[in-house]
Amino acid sequence: MAQNEHKDHPRYMFIFLWLAILTAIEVGIAIPEYSIIIKGILLIGLACGKAFLVATYFMHLKFEKGTLAAIVITPFLICVFLVIMLLPDLATDARHNAIEKPATEVVDTTPH
Amino acid sequence: MEHATTLDHTEDVYEPSLTPDSLGKLGMWIFLIGDTMSFGALLAAYAALRAGAGVIGWVPPSDILGINLTAFMTFLLICSSLTMVKALESIQKGNVGRMCDYLGLTILGGIIFLGLQAYEWTHLIKHGLTLTGLPEHSLSGGAISGSTLFGPLFYAITGFHGLHVTGGVIYLIVILRHGWSGRYTSEYNHEVEIVGLYWHFVDLIWIMVFTFIYLL
Repeated sequence: MAQNEHKDHPRYMFIFLWLAILTAIEVGIAIPEYSIIIKGILLIGLACGKAFLVATYFMHLKFEKGTLAAIVITPFLICVFLVIMLLPDLATDARHNAIEKPATEVVDTTPH
Repeated sequence: MEHATTLDHTEDVYEPSLTPDSLGKLGMWIFLIGDTMSFGALLAAYAALRAGAGVIGWVPPSDILGINLTAFMTFLLICSSLTMVKALESIQKGNVGRMCDYLGLTILGGIIFLGLQAYEWTHLIKHGLTLTGLPEHSLSGGAISGSTLFGPLFYAITGFHGLHVTGGVIYLIVILRHGWSGRYTSEYNHEVEIVGLYWHFVDLIWIMVFTFIYLL
């Protein structure tokens, strides 16, 4: 019945301003050329921060039961796990050499 | 186990764990969790193929894509998220007219976003970013200097997101029509909250897509 009454609404405008500022910072970080690793860490960190703001305040996760928050976090953890599981496959550079190098040689040695 | 007394229907001590309102919300959350996995898989595939491009290399996306336009699109979605929460806030205060105004603005934001995406796609296709090719300027001396997998990944991910926005706009229009017909009040408004969840999720996913595809 009165389950909605206890909701104390956050200052949406404040959250919106933060999102806009973080977007501007992201663009500022992305444009100069430098190490993709540092760029990646900074940008993914900022994106996660923005996603956190949207989920917590706009999607009212902060005002829901803790169980729901736990359920919602699960797929994000699974996605991180998915990327980690893919890493060994990406680290094998030999595979690319095995695929790419013969291909160029085959073109060179084609009999006329 | 709960106390046996809660089985007594006349008693109203505990709020039941699942009300019609919260069931709908839970359903939307479960859908969104599934959707998170879809987008997660797409973005992980992007990361994997980019990292695995090896000797072919990967053209920096900022060489092909326009950051300024998409930064504006991101801002637009954030704005439409704000109008969405404002719509919910209005109806919770019982102001149907304002809710409809805010829902209208949210829909407008979604439509402009889709329009800009259509403009972006046509522009990119014209410049040669297709499912099998890269734009001319990213080729050095006729040889491909980057993986042509960028095109299909770009269109699959932004297209999948665009479809979500399209679905969201249609969903919002349905809710707006209900709003006009006076269906929602300060007590009965969980449907507005649920459409809000979907819309914010689309915004949240765009934040991720913008970072992974455009900025990195």
